[in-house]
Amino acid sequence: MEQVEYAQATGLLSSLWLLVAIPLASAAVLLLLGKRADKWGHWLGVLAVAVPFVLGLAMFISLAGLDEEARSAQQSLWDFMVVGQLHVDFGLLFDPLSGVFVLLITGVGSLIHLYAVGYMAHDEGRRKFFAYFNLFVAAMLLLVLGNNYVMLYFGWEGVGVASYLLISFWYTRPSAATAGKKAFLMNRVGDAGLAVGIFLMFTTLGTTQYDAVFSGVGALSGTTILIMGILLLLGAAGKSGQFPLHAWLPDAMEGPTPVSALIHAATMVTAGVYLIARSNPIFSANLTLQTIVVSVGALTLLLGCIIGAAKDDIKRVLAWSTVSQIGYMFLGVGLGGGAYALAIIHLLAHGFFKANMFLGAGSVMHGMHDQVDIRRFGGLRKYMKWTWLTFMMGWLAIIGIPPLSGYFSKEPIIAAAFEREGWTAWLFGLAALLGAGLTAFYMTRLFVLTFHGPARWTDDIHEPHESPYIMTVPLMLLALGSIVAGGLMASPVAHWLEPVLGPEAEDLHAVIPHWLITVLSLVITVLGAGLAWAMFRRGTATAPQPAGVVVTAARKNLYTDAINEAVFERPGIYLTRALVYLDNKGIDGIVNGLAAGVGGGSGRIRRLQTGFVRSYALSMLTGAVLVVGAFLAIQLGWLAS
Amino acid sequence: MGDLKLPDIDYGALAPMLILFGAACLGVLVEAVVPRARRHGVQLGLALLSLVAALVVVILERNTRIVTIGGAVAIDGPSIFLQGSILLLGIVSLLLIGERSIEAGGAFVSQAAITVGSQKDLRQAGSSGGATEVYPLTLFSLGGMLLFVAANDLLTMFVALEVLSLPLYLLCALARRRRLLSQEAALKYFLLGSYASAFFLFGVALLYGYSGGVDLASIHAAVADPARSEVLLFGGLALVAIGLLFKSAAAPFHVWTPDVYQGAPTPVTALMAACTKVAAFGALLRVLYVAFDGVRWDFQPVLGAVAVLTMLVGAILAVTQTDMKRLLAYSSIANAGYLLVGVLALNKEGLSGTMFYLVAYGFSVLAAFGIVSLVRDAEGEATHLSRWAGLGRKSPVLAGLFSFLLLAFAGIPLTSGFTAKFAVFGAAVDGGQTWLVIVGVITSMLLAFPYLRVVVLMWLSEPGETTPAVSVPGFLTSAALAIGVIATFALGVVPAPLLDLTNDAANFVR
Repeated sequence: MEQVEYAQATGLLSSLWLLVAIPLASAAVLLLLGKRADKWGHWLGVLAVAVPFVLGLAMFISLAGLDEEARSAQQSLWDFMVVGQLHVDFGLLFDPLSGVFVLLITGVGSLIHLYAVGYMAHDEGRRKFFAYFNLFVAAMLLLVLGNNYVMLYFGWEGVGVASYLLISFWYTRPSAATAGKKAFLMNRVGDAGLAVGIFLMFTTLGTTQYDAVFSGVGALSGTTILIMGILLLLGAAGKSGQFPLHAWLPDAMEGPTPVSALIHAATMVTAGVYLIARSNPIFSANLTLQTIVVSVGALTLLLGCIIGAAKDDIKRVLAWSTVSQIGYMFLGVGLGGGAYALAIIHLLAHGFFKANMFLGAGSVMHGMHDQVDIRRFGGLRKYMKWTWLTFMMGWLAIIGIPPLSGYFSKEPIIAAAFEREGWTAWLFGLAALLGAGLTAFYMTRLFVLTFHGPARWTDDIHEPHESPYIMTVPLMLLALGSIVAGGLMASPVAHWLEPVLGPEAEDLHAVIPHWLITVLSLVITVLGAGLAWAMFRRGTATAPQPAGVVVTAARKNLYTDAINEAVFERPGIYLTRALVYLDNKGIDGIVNGLAAGVGGGSGRIRRLQTGFVRSYALSMLTGAVLVVGAFLAIQLGWLAS
Repeated sequence: MGDLKLPDIDYGALAPMLILFGAACLGVLVEAVVPRARRHGVQLGLALLSLVAALVVVILERNTRIVTIGGAVAIDGPSIFLQGSILLLGIVSLLLIGERSIEAGGAFVSQAAITVGSQKDLRQAGSSGGATEVYPLTLFSLGGMLLFVAANDLLTMFVALEVLSLPLYLLCALARRRRLLSQEAALKYFLLGSYASAFFLFGVALLYGYSGGVDLASIHAAVADPARSEVLLFGGLALVAIGLLFKSAAAPFHVWTPDVYQGAPTPVTALMAACTKVAAFGALLRVLYVAFDGVRWDFQPVLGAVAVLTMLVGAILAVTQTDMKRLLAYSSIANAGYLLVGVLALNKEGLSGTMFYLVAYGFSVLAAFGIVSLVRDAEGEATHLSRWAGLGRKSPVLAGLFSFLLLAFAGIPLTSGFTAKFAVFGAAVDGGQTWLVIVGVITSMLLAFPYLRVVVLMWLSEPGETTPAVSVPGFLTSAALAIGVIATFALGVVPAPLLDLTNDAANFVR
């Protein structure tokens, strides 16, 4: 196994800590000042993300100026914990991989912060909202900038907290509070896996530093790597909403729309992809592990497509679409080799077009009295020109129409799936291809039902209005990103990430020629989109209609919630009840019984303490006889033997 | 007739005992010549001075390792450490004994011989005088204890036993309040103590028959010789052990303890619980470790059974006690069991752990009885548990200190009770006596109940009509309380210095 070494941070790169410190300080100021900061707090919040973006860009450029082998900069700030053998630095690492994440988080983050100034204008808790939003950005930056797994875990938990706070931001709504708890609990399962994975890393390798772990992983046994990888994957699946821990993500849409766009579409949910890409030396070291990751990705991408096609809530459709698109990314990182970079490219492109569409959805809701049911939209293109146009760019990008960005990022992953060995190439390749068709179908359904066809509005809406410029300008910028990002990034980013993720993908030995895959994926996309267009051009019923088995199942999330409930929730409840019963009747009974026994025994023996010297003397004599007798008995026994 | 060869005498090594006995004789003279009004001050000063002087000498002699005065006295690590402990704890006890501001005339009656309830007795109850003979008596007793832990032959040990016991019997009878109870306690203690002494003496006789000597070294040598009568050996060992277990308050020879602890004046109870325990276990350690080292596998199970019984009796009976002094008496019995666990480890750690435990427990129990002496009403001390209800509301500082001491008895970490139990239990596990440790831990849990019940009573119960007033402690009692509580805390937080000291001292000479 090759050695991994990181260079020390110098020059501009030595102010790496500012990236995390600025949003964190802003969050602290906003929370501590309280109402006094209400007037200007949101602008501070925007600034606290925009400044790190500029700083990050400058660092990115200075990193690009370095030699290709030396493109990394790490910085140890202080000893985070030193316990026995365990030594953890509070250390940061800026390398090509974390560089692109920093730009995504702060770049898209700045736009969404700007948008939120308008979106949250009428909300009393806007200052608090920006404080949590900044807190999230700080934690997310720590997650991607840490130079060891404990730092990553630190950021991981930080984004979890921020996500929980923001999902249940409107905590007076029971559904928002419940969704927050659901997200929190399901994330705990994944986080526990990640934590145990890190423990395992420490027990087997004695360190959690990236460089030392990646250099040492070659010495581990296959089984250890497999277990470690599965634990990391569990963490990744929890954070990224992958099967079987995907159920929280669609519910998380209860939060304000900017939260859905930034946290639950563009950045936090991709942390799992980052974790796997960052740990590529571990995942590449075991073929079984890679197959597991690919399977999770393929299964989730189909699951997300199918459920997304049956949902009527605009944000939930987008959420299931996120689940499905992250499935593509998992498929990419699972394929390994050159596909790592493809997954990251898709992640970046997805960050743009999904944030674009979420903010577009927010803009639609803004003009439609917070209506979210796409059955009650229709014909909005006349009233919301900018929203319509920008959303169209996002739509075309996600379904992969060239030359928009989705085409450049998704199609190579489908092609890479066909490059696997043997029959699995067909399995995963066709799954990815099918997913592309389904994506085209449900996204077109969403787009057509919202912006085209007859108006099916509720009675209280007369004239929907377009959103103010502070909301549409970020939409325009993100739409621009949705158009060009894929084409511009595809090959430079793959090259840029080489030092971290290994050499670029080459056409190897796909089971069918690459041109055919391209043609097939375009054809199936157009078919899916055309079908949806034909079905929903004239609108649809304003309420869900009875449907066949598949649609009904999809409406019920393919029964995954029911499975969760049956497999985990009910047994959990029964176990709790049984333990409570055991505790009350069994353990308390034994304890109380013992106490009563001791008390009763004490009361009885107490009567031996009569107060008469004669009985005391007798008791002593008895004791003496027993002691002497015991000695002699032992002695005689000893003599006898 | 040959020359009478006088044994070598190392006066330096014997000086602590000589100082105490000398000061005690001087104290008797003081009684005769110093006017009654000034006697108390003179006696207290003399006693304290002699104890401090003896302690200084012990510290100066800390490196002495010698068997002197014809093999009768061994001054070695354990005896120097234990003598120092007895003197330190003795000084603190003397502070409690000398307190006269809580009650006019102190805890002692001036004329113990006057019939209880007679006209003279009623007159005496009102007077402010108190017996000052307690000081020479205490000094004699403490001197006896110093000799007891250093005695290297069984006859010297017997003499020391009597020297330490007889003054204690008298002291028990001198309570100012509840004089009948006090006299009854003294008489019981005397009768049962004499009874136990007889056992001890008979054991010595058997052992003399067995080994042809009474000094521990010759018994040790005889044990190694398989040709001798095992019956004499084990009969003698058993009877000597019974005499020592009586003083240690181990079951079933503990029966005197609750009655005597309850009846005796509280400062004397404190003296017995702290110093007498050190002396008794010091002697037991010496006899078992020096003389009977060779038959350890034979006495370990029998004395182990005694330890188990002691722990169980102490813990179980403590549960239903309603009198604070009796509760502390049963606690003292249980603690004797824990100390026996340390003794029966029969290794160096056991020896050092037991010595650590003795010091730690001594300080805690002195402070606890000091507090008991403060909670009083017009009738004297209010020792019934129900009277302590709600004490935390009326005197939070005192109740807080007492709660802390009870937690120390229960063995909660950050108190000396935890480190001490840890030391003896750890040594016993090393010594292969895990079964004793299991019983020890279980009974510790049992014992936590009566302790915590008192804590709950003091803090969570409403103060009743009958909750007694708490006297403002005088300087002497305050000092004793402060020393006891600080030691309990310090030995729980930084036990290392004392543990090092006990480890260095844990070597007997033969």
